[in-house]
This record gives sequence, structure tokens and C-alpha cells, in this order.
Amino acid sequence: MNVILIAVISLGAIALVSAAILYIASKKFAVYEDPRIAQVGEVLPQANCGGCGYPGCSGFADACVKAGSLDGKFCPVGGQPVMTQIAEILGLDATAAEPMVAVVRCNGTCANRPRVNMYDGAKSCAIAASLYGGETGCSFGCLGCGDCVEACQFDAIHMNPETGLPEVDEAKCTACGACAKACPKNIIEIRPQGKKSRRVYVQCVNKDKGAVARKACTVACIGCGKCVKVCPFEAITLENNLAYIDPNKCKSCRKCEEVCPQNTIVALNFPPRKPKAEGAAPAAAKVAAAPKATETPKAAEAPKAVETPKVVETPQVETPKAEA
Amino acid sequence: MLKTFSIGGVHPHENKLSAHQPIIKAEVPAKAVILLGQHIGAPAKPLVAKGDVVKVGTKIAEPGGFVSAAIHSSVSGKVAKIDSIIDASGYPKPAIFIDVEGDEWEESIDRTETLVKECNLTSEEIVKKIADAGIVGLGGACFPTQVKLCPPPAFKAECVIINAVECEPYLTADHQLMLEHAEEIMVGVSILMKAVKVNKAFIGIENNKPDAIQLMTKVASSYAGIEVVALKVQYPQGGEKQLIDAITSRQVASGALPISTGAVVQNVGTAFAVYQAVQKNKPLFERVITVTGKSVAKPSNFLARIGTPMKQLIDACGGLPEDTGKIIGGGPMMGKALINTDVPTAKGSSGILIMNNKEAKRGEIQPCIRCAKCVGACPMGLEPYLLSALAEHTEFERMEKERIMDCIECGSCQFTCPANRPLLDYCRLGKGKVGAIIRARQAKK
Repeated sequence: MNVILIAVISLGAIALVSAAILYIASKKFAVYEDPRIAQVGEVLPQANCGGCGYPGCSGFADACVKAGSLDGKFCPVGGQPVMTQIAEILGLDATAAEPMVAVVRCNGTCANRPRVNMYDGAKSCAIAASLYGGETGCSFGCLGCGDCVEACQFDAIHMNPETGLPEVDEAKCTACGACAKACPKNIIEIRPQGKKSRRVYVQCVNKDKGAVARKACTVACIGCGKCVKVCPFEAITLENNLAYIDPNKCKSCRKCEEVCPQNTIVALNFPPRKPKAEGAAPAAAKVAAAPKATETPKAAEAPKAVETPKVVETPQVETPKAEA
Repeated sequence: MLKTFSIGGVHPHENKLSAHQPIIKAEVPAKAVILLGQHIGAPAKPLVAKGDVVKVGTKIAEPGGFVSAAIHSSVSGKVAKIDSIIDASGYPKPAIFIDVEGDEWEESIDRTETLVKECNLTSEEIVKKIADAGIVGLGGACFPTQVKLCPPPAFKAECVIINAVECEPYLTADHQLMLEHAEEIMVGVSILMKAVKVNKAFIGIENNKPDAIQLMTKVASSYAGIEVVALKVQYPQGGEKQLIDAITSRQVASGALPISTGAVVQNVGTAFAVYQAVQKNKPLFERVITVTGKSVAKPSNFLARIGTPMKQLIDACGGLPEDTGKIIGGGPMMGKALINTDVPTAKGSSGILIMNNKEAKRGEIQPCIRCAKCVGACPMGLEPYLLSALAEHTEFERMEKERIMDCIECGSCQFTCPANRPLLDYCRLGKGKVGAIIRARQAKK
């Protein structure tokens, strides 16, 4: 009995002393953390994708609270609603950011880009790119091993077995940029989503000279510069035989899409053009060969096309006014 | 007991099909394409322009930096253009295109077969001549020779080691070169010894070439300080660090230069090129190339001009067999698959291997069973299974700690893996990324 009593008393005494030490330590060494950090953290999606540029959601919350302004801070996963909530918590103004989306800038499908060799190594774009230029004559295009699919946390990008190219599911894409980072060929670009998901872009990254590019792929940019000339907003630049449309300057007039001889420039999710007056018919006939080819990329690029199938099915061409 | 390196290594089937085939002079191509980046380091800067007339041996490009090499025309004719060509990896690379007319050599080149033994040049003069001749390591890495002959002042060379191991299966170019040009090689070795101011040289030859060992030993007996060392057959004995270990029993520390052991390693082909450059004023514009493969009608060793399309050499061996699965530039262990046969040969092309469908097929990739065969095979004492897993999960900082930069990319791990895992592919990927991280860190400092 005595032994038990001694044990209870001595252990109890040690417990009391330890508790006192812990209490004092917790008071003395307490680190003040802004309670708003936890609040902001709760609002964030906790995907920890790093798309905001900070190491995970807690890093972003910390940065938002400490910076005292939300300029240049945007959670691509949560988007505008989450940013508004954060702004409310912190009593700041939410900066409006345009919704972005990942865009695959290669249309080198099996049909467009004939295969010249076969790769049977490890199924990784990073490895394939370090070894050689790819299975086709185009050393800039998609390798098709799916590093981007692997990198996506949101199940928003998938390989299409028919085309051998990745397709972005716009509904799921948060524009975190993981796929763009994973792509060793820098094919995927994060671009503004555009109003009603309408956007115009060059679906190619080939910097080869025109003849070489054309031989490798039927829809490669050949650097002819027609789009640059026709663009009324100076949104298109031509560098290293490759055209690039600046999304901030582009007003989606689609003139470049009309003149592109290779159908490299695609206009996505636009309503069909109104048929023009009869006088313009012969000119229209010239370009009429184009729209069918563009059907594939449109359908492929935007799974949303399912919702608006009519838009894609019957594109008609009007004569570009600038030509007249 | 024959010497070999102390850790790891594998022994693939040797398949030296073209052994003892005399070196045939390949036909001069109708159009030569000479790449500007044939060596490690900065690409060379062209000295000629479109329309210029060049002779065989005319310098057409000068070194583009300290670690770089001059390039000479391998043919005579007119420069058609300086443009890019799709190289063996499918990427465009700058090259000089020459339309061949006749075969006129520079007058300074001594084209006779007479052996010139005496060399009265000083060490500096020899190094300068080697640099002028555009000589690079002909074992495959193509490191500019003159840079290797001028070690940093902190190190002192003690001996020259000549790499005549030819541990790659199939390749026989060095073997045949030794059988046909033993004397010239010995003079070349003596010149290299003089260049780095040492009086000891070892020639390491694997034991699967007994005739070469015998001949070289006999010839070496009349040259002071040159010793032929027979080595046990073991891949990758031709690796610089492995060869130093095998011959001198000294090991190169992780991250250190091979010269820290006092050894200057040169390939046997390089020694021959040095002889020709110093004694015959002949720059490096041709080399011995093995064209081989199980289905090839006539596996042969060619003396081919640099810039000859590989297709021409393959045709000279009886053309591309019907069951071709893969064409490899180099040997089966370290070579790279070619995407087309119009690719021109370069200074580093030691062989063209044509694999049939059956050989070329990669086994199905299965999960790692942790058997550690790769660890046993790695000649650098690394853990390839771990490194490849780290590379797959992009943990490059950890890879650096696991000494990925020591990897010599010999492929022993992948060769020995029973699960056919692409270990080398991932190690190479990781090595590239870690190298970039290290360079970025150094640039910051």
C-alpha cells in the first residue's frame, strides 16, 4: 500500500511541476500568429498546387495577410469567388483577374504529322525530349507521353488516343500551370479564357523554316506573316518563323484565322460567321477548303464543345474585309 | 590474375563480328556535311562562307571557346552553304555543307606511309599542333585533347594511360587500328608523354584481343617507358575512372578530376591522330568506324571521312537488312539510336550498329523487386534503383546528395535489371536537372 502511495504522490508531484513548466514556457515563448491567416487558409481550396506561386495554400494565406494588399495575388484554383472571400476577411479590395486556362499549342495529330520513327523508351516526355526530337519530323511538337496528364492534380487534361495529343477539360482546368511546367517542349500555355471561352491562338510552336515545318506537319506555322499583316491591333508578332498572338492585345476579330494558309490559327467557340453577300462568293470559295480542317482542333481542344455542338459543326467563311 | 576495376561492372556478349576485318578506305562522299559541334564544349565558329573553295585539311572552323576544337574540311570542293541539318537526335544543328570536287589535299600534309619516329618539338609546340589539328578524344566523349593535355597547375601528371580497352560490344575499330598501325600509335604515345612531360605510359587492352596485346607488347619493347597491360574483360573498363582504377589501383574521388590521380587518359585512336597531326601535319578529318550488326551482310571497319552520310557506309556493308529494328550510333551500351541514316559521321562516331527487330525490342517494364542487381553492377558505387525513383518523383536535391553527378551513364544498371526498368534513362534525366541546378547555384555566387 505504501509503495503505491509513494508512487502516486511522487508522480503527481512531477506532473504538477512539469505542467507548471509547460505553462510558463507556453506563455513566455508564445509566437503571435495573425488569426486571419487561419481564416484565409480555411477559405482556400487546400489543393497545394503551387499555382499561385507560393509554397502551398498556407504559404499563400500567410503572404496575403502579411502583404496588406492583394495586388498580383490570385488563387487560380479558387478563382474570383475565393479571392473575394479573402478580400472580405482582410478588409481589402479584391483585384479582378481574368480567368485563365491551359492551352495546348500543338495540333500535330497522327493525321497531320506523319511518323518517321518509333520511340520505345521510358514513357516520359522529359526523357524522350532529352534523347531526341520526337517521333515525327517536327522537333518542337507534342511527344505524347503524357507528362502533363501526370502533372495535373485536377484531372483536367487527358490524352486523346486518336490524335495522340492532350486535351484540356476547361470545366476542370484551374490554370495552375503544372502542365505547362511539366511540358519539356513548352507547348502548353496559360492564356486568358476569353469571354464565353472564345479565344484565338496559334496552335503551333514550330520554329523551323517554312518548308521544313510544312514537310513535317500539315498544320505547322510556316512563318508566312500573313496574320501579322492582317491584324488591325498589332497583336501578332512573328519571331523565329513562328507567329504568336498576344492575348492582351487580341480583340478576337478572327481576321488572322481567315488568312492563315496552314489553318494553324484557331478560333475557338465562336458562333458561325454570317454568310456574306453574293459578290464575295468566289473569294470565299478559295478559303472554303479551310474550315473542315479546323473542325478537329476545335472539337478536340474544347470539351465544352459538347454543350454547343452547333457552333463547331458549321463554320462558314466570309471574305476578309482587309483583303479588299 | 588479370587486373580490372574494383567495383561493379557487367559482361555483355562481345559480338565482335567485324574483328580482323581490314580497315577499308571508304569512298569520298559526293556531298559532305560537317557539323560545327562535334565535341564537348562550345561549337566551332565557321571560317568559310558560301562559295569558298576548300581542300582536304583546310581549316573551316575555329574553336568557339577554351573548351572547343577546330574543324577541318574532310573533302575538297566548294562550300555549298552553312545551314542547319537534322542530326542523329532529330534536332537541327549548324553544319557546313560541301559539294565535293576531286580529292585535292593541302600541300602541307605528308601523305606518305613512311614512319617518322623523331619528334624534336617542345611540349608547348606539340600541344599547339594538336589544337591546330582539331583533335578530340576519339573514344566517344570528344573532349578536346589540348585541354586535357594542359591540366590545371594544381595537378601534376605522372603517367599517360592509353585506352585501348574497347569494352563496348560489337565495336572493333580500335582493335583493328592497333593491328594495322601499332608503330604509329607507339610514336603517338611517346609524343603524348612528351606533351605532358612524363616518362611512363600504360596501354590498357582487354584480354579478348590477345593478338593486339601480343603485337603491341612486341612493338612497345623498343620504346622507352611504354608498358602494355592486359586487362580482364569487364564493361565499362573503357570509362576513364574505371581504367585509372584498373591500371594504377588509384580511385578518382567523387567530384574530382581524373588528373588528381596523376593519370592523363587518352584513347588509342587519339594517339594515332596525334601521331598524324604532329609528324604528318594531318588534321583530324577521318577516322575508323565499325559498321556491324548480326543481320549485316558484311560487318566492316572503314576509314571514313568525317561528314560522310552514315547511309553510304551502311550501303558499303551490303545495305540495310530487311529486319532492321534500330540503328545505333556507337556501341550497344552507350550508343544512341539514330532517327535517319542521312546523318553525317562526326569525330566521335566510333561505330554504326544495326540491330535486328528481335534484338532491338525493349522488354516490358515491370515493377522494381529490390533485388539490388543494379547496385552491384554500378561501377561508381551508386544506387540506380533509388536514383531512378527519385528522378521519377522529381526529388532532384536528394539526388544530388546521392551523388548522381558521379554517374558515368554506362548503362550497366539497365543492362542488368531483371525488371527491364529504364534506370539509365531516369538517371540521365536527373543528372541533367541536377547539373542545371548546380550551374544555377554557381552562377548566383
